Amino acid sequence: MKKRRALSTACFVLVFSFLYLPIAVLIAFSFNESKSRSVWGGFSLKWYENLFRNEMVLKSFAVSLVIAAAAATVATVVGTMAAIGINSMGRRARGAVMAVSYVPVINPEIITGVSLMLLFVVMRTGAGSALSRLLGRETQPFGFGLGTLLIAHITFCLPYVIFNVGPKLRQLDPAIYDAALDLGCSPLQAFFKVVLPQLAPAILSAFLISLTYSIDDFIISYFTSGTVQTLPIAIYSMTKKKVSPEINALSAILFTGILAIILLSNAVDSTRERRLRRAARKEEGKA
Amino acid sequence: MENSVITALQNIVVDFDGEPILTGLSLEIHDKEFVTLLGPSGCGKTTTLRVIGGFVEPKSGSVFFDGKDITRLPPYRRQVNTVFQKYALFPHLNVFDNVAFGLRLQKLDEKEVRSRSLAMLELVGLKGYERRNTAALSGGQQQRVAIARALVNHPRVLLLDEPLGALDLKLRKEMQIELKRIQQSLAITFVYVTHDQEEALTMSDTVVVMNKGAIQQVGSPQDIYNEPNNAFVADFIGESNILDGVMLRDFLVEFAGQEFACVDAGFAEREIVQVVVRPEDIRVVPAIQGQLTGLVENVIFKGVHYEMHVRQAGTEWIIHSTQASQAGELIGMCIGPDEIHIMHRSNR
Amino acid sequence: MPMKKKTVWAASPYLVWMAVFIAAPLAIVLYFAFTDKAGRFTLANIMGLGAYTTVFSRSIVLAAVATAVCLVIAFPISYLLSRMRPARQRMMQMLLMLPMWMNFLLRTYAWMSLLELNGLINRFLGLFGIGPLHMINTSGAVVLGMVYNYLPYMILPLYTIMVKIDGSVIEAAQDLGANAFMVLTRVLIPLSMPGITTGITMVFVPSISTFIISRMLGGGSNLLIGDLIELQFLGNSYNYNLGSAMSVMLMVIVLLCMSFTTADTEEMEAMV
Repeated sequence: MKKRRALSTACFVLVFSFLYLPIAVLIAFSFNESKSRSVWGGFSLKWYENLFRNEMVLKSFAVSLVIAAAAATVATVVGTMAAIGINSMGRRARGAVMAVSYVPVINPEIITGVSLMLLFVVMRTGAGSALSRLLGRETQPFGFGLGTLLIAHITFCLPYVIFNVGPKLRQLDPAIYDAALDLGCSPLQAFFKVVLPQLAPAILSAFLISLTYSIDDFIISYFTSGTVQTLPIAIYSMTKKKVSPEINALSAILFTGILAIILLSNAVDSTRERRLRRAARKEEGKA
Repeated sequence: MENSVITALQNIVVDFDGEPILTGLSLEIHDKEFVTLLGPSGCGKTTTLRVIGGFVEPKSGSVFFDGKDITRLPPYRRQVNTVFQKYALFPHLNVFDNVAFGLRLQKLDEKEVRSRSLAMLELVGLKGYERRNTAALSGGQQQRVAIARALVNHPRVLLLDEPLGALDLKLRKEMQIELKRIQQSLAITFVYVTHDQEEALTMSDTVVVMNKGAIQQVGSPQDIYNEPNNAFVADFIGESNILDGVMLRDFLVEFAGQEFACVDAGFAEREIVQVVVRPEDIRVVPAIQGQLTGLVENVIFKGVHYEMHVRQAGTEWIIHSTQASQAGELIGMCIGPDEIHIMHRSNR
Repeated sequence: MPMKKKTVWAASPYLVWMAVFIAAPLAIVLYFAFTDKAGRFTLANIMGLGAYTTVFSRSIVLAAVATAVCLVIAFPISYLLSRMRPARQRMMQMLLMLPMWMNFLLRTYAWMSLLELNGLINRFLGLFGIGPLHMINTSGAVVLGMVYNYLPYMILPLYTIMVKIDGSVIEAAQDLGANAFMVLTRVLIPLSMPGITTGITMVFVPSISTFIISRMLGGGSNLLIGDLIELQFLGNSYNYNLGSAMSVMLMVIVLLCMSFTTADTEEMEAMV
């Protein structure tokens, strides 16, 4: 028994050091005075200062936030509606729609990126030549940029919204909707007063997932952004330079931020759970 | 019951995906009655209830309420409320907000909402539970919330879809009495769906026995029990010995190889009939004194009585008796004229 | 139910979106793959792929090796995780997933600086008089990058399936005389099969299509399919038709892989 536990601990220690050591080193060297990625030259915060003065990084971060917020919002609304519609489809139609929804999830990201890029190219040349003929001069209806980026992000976020909201919708007791009608709600009222509040957690998590996927995405953005830079694209251009310790500083900031968010949400979850469990226990004691 | 008809179904036909659920069902429900729809699962009793509630639109036929045709009226415009099978409480609202839901939709002033909801919670015995989360309530308490939530809207008819199905036996008995009390004190119509025949007999003014999407018999609990229309009703309501017989003439029937005096008349001469004898109506006497003689195959103690399986010339009888015979014993069986119920033969 | 039919319309914006931005782009890729620059039908692009056989086979081999390594590491870890107390499980699971929240460019960059000729690992080895070892810009480094980036994709589905395996099943097998090896091969692996297949898909697909890991850790000598495709669309080669043909080929490989593993859609749904 003891031997087994020791073995188990050893396994986890190995895997965790494999997972975390590179990140730890990355963060440690963000405080390095010297430019080197392997020689410690003393403590300094100058890479953080540089980072906050780096216009490219700040601007790309702003672009990422705006795109993520917009894409997640649109995807959540359209996706939630879609989940509701799909839920009331016949078995065969639902199967077909779900199968197509899996395409962007299963397909390699590079294919999604490339195919969207081709679509935009075809649409631009098609619309461009039509417009040029109409106006009698060379015109470009649109270029690659925020618009194409937004469309691409909405596209890959949508399936995740459907996969999050859909199952929750199926779990919903249909009698609850009936009960609302029974008590005098019109179908629309029943949806907003009864169905939506119960979908809210799933919708919120769909929104958050879309937000993170959008902020995190590099490959699809890379093919659809033109000259606009999102944060991951900016990071990519920084890694192409031989030495850029600002990346380390950025990693440290992002990691701490993510850690904080996850710890916080976990804490909220577990207190809520504990409170529910306590209430249930109290009730049992009475019965 | 001499009350006026409050709601009526006329030739209701319902099918789901081509499968017939209700096959031309007609039913009148009288005001202030406790009506139970009773039948095995899949017999269409819940669908009948949902037709009255407006959740299922019949393929053909009409629903009347107070003499007006409401067949196409959506559920939220009907003066009926429903207690759902698994309560269907709104999980995001507390007890009070669940109960107040319907009143708030009517845009009543909040003071009235409050007083009516509280009064209703008191009626169902949940005073002081207003702020509770519904998920933290026991099954019986959730049940009471569901009842209060429906009744607070003063429906003319309350529909209850197997409301006690999820409760344990003891709680169920309590709630049966409680429901009956509530129905009488509010003097409104209850339409109650159950598959539990005992529940139906205890609570109802009128029992509607259903099978395969059609009504088998409508009557008072006594009628249903004592005068079943057909073998299905006889078999479904309590245990019965159902035998084939021949009506020799008025007041004389032959079954199990014997002639018996009976109280039924008006059958054709030598008509093949079915005979129902309740297990508790067979008197056990010493073997030589019986109209029939049988061999006791086994005896099971059931608490109030003993249940015996008795073989008599190819017929298996069930007898309930307060006195135990021994397995392997030969006994005599006597059946009085009043205890024999004769039905036209049904094909089932 | 009559009520339900009325809400089908709510899916229509999504259906339109899917048609335009999922189905149409794939159709365009197919069109480009089978036409030349003037838009005439040709098989030249597909035939031309023969010249890249080494890159394709390298991609398949490296992705397969990375997938196998992930499976070997993830299987015991997932099993041990699934047998822990629930509170502990949740924390460990969170710790295993946490690095995934870092952008994968940063994660890959971290290994870049570790594996360099004068990087931290070589410096450390130098203390013992070993090296410097040539680690970066090798196919080994590429596999390492894949394993590091996609290991959690293997752990998560395995763990999800293993949590559902009742401990008494294993005890029953032992009771019936199975030794540890037999428990593993006769009980544990068959019961975990849906998780294994999902995990294989979730690691193999991004591995075979990556172009970042190969570029950052593999240098110029370890081109993968992804790099080839990228070169046709945004790089110097600039040939949409050839690039589309390569994309079609990549999709075929992915579909073949999935048809072997038959990833259960229900399982995938639970994962995302």
